[in-house]
Amino acid sequence: MIRHDILKELIPVISDHLVVCNIGLPSQELHMLDDQPSNFYMLGTMGLASSIGLGVAMAQKDKVIAIDGDGSVLTNLATLSTIANNPCGNFILLIIDNGSYGSTGDQATYAGMKTSLTAVAEACGCENVVECSAEDTVDTVKTALAGDEMTVIISKCQSGNVPVPVIEIDPVVIRQRFMDEIAKRPANQ
Amino acid sequence: MTTATDAKIVDDLIANDIRFITTVPCKQLAGVIEVLNETDEIHHVPCNKEDEGMGLCAGAYMGGKRPSIIMQNTAIGVTVNTLATLIQFYNIPLPMLISYRGEVGEKVACQVEMAIHTKAILDQLHIPYYHFHHKDQVGELDGILKHTQMCKKPTAILMDASFWGSAA
Repeated sequence: MIRHDILKELIPVISDHLVVCNIGLPSQELHMLDDQPSNFYMLGTMGLASSIGLGVAMAQKDKVIAIDGDGSVLTNLATLSTIANNPCGNFILLIIDNGSYGSTGDQATYAGMKTSLTAVAEACGCENVVECSAEDTVDTVKTALAGDEMTVIISKCQSGNVPVPVIEIDPVVIRQRFMDEIAKRPANQ
Repeated sequence: MTTATDAKIVDDLIANDIRFITTVPCKQLAGVIEVLNETDEIHHVPCNKEDEGMGLCAGAYMGGKRPSIIMQNTAIGVTVNTLATLIQFYNIPLPMLISYRGEVGEKVACQVEMAIHTKAILDQLHIPYYHFHHKDQVGELDGILKHTQMCKKPTAILMDASFWGSAA
């Protein structure tokens, strides 16, 4: 399974939740599969999906899923220590770890070599870290959503992409509709 | 050891509904950070690097809490891409309270190397900035914070050694 297969299977599970999605193909795939005001697409700024997601989780009560990639987490590795030391029960970080920089031509990342993001997350102090196969990702996310403990999921999948259109929505529209959606969530009333 | 100026800065942040602050420390900012840690109204989350901190701020803003970041001017070099492609691109109001190292009174020569680029980078990014050189200028902070929310832009408040010295 590649990232697109995982996202496609995840849609029924995450569609109604707040999602902060990583730059490049992950956001473009999510946008193509299931565009929603509850999705925040990163159009730039590699590496900050987990930080933005944690910020949203800290500021309001509804559950937040940040969909990140191994290459992006590596570029902001210290995020895992911030996440560990500021645990939010409403935050799930899903790292889709395909061992490659998918949006730039599938160059290998160190996460596909000697570096284990699972071990890094645990060493940073994250208490609920789950590494799973691509096939088990949907069930793992379901379990995390059903609980009230912050969860870091590392989903190991194959490298590869599908053709997707770029996102043409204005960034301010993406931001404002996401904020409006957050404001009307029952958890925030 | 905190000063009346440290307390005034945090009071103005509270009065302007700033409810989330991330920091990377500087010794000139130690007093402000100490006051913040004793302030229940503001959620203070230390970050490891300032671009990470701006990600937290963007998220907090979308979650309904007005953010601010406290950092050193060296961070302007670190955060150029994040300022352009996240904070400016998505129109996120972000007052940046910046310890302006490398100005007159500085003891560490290397700090001057980034000081001489600080305003040039802010000019290049079209980020409004305000240079506080004396403690009396802290009176402008309230207006700057309101201006930041109104225009939904990042703004930089540069507080140099003379400012902190006059406030001591």
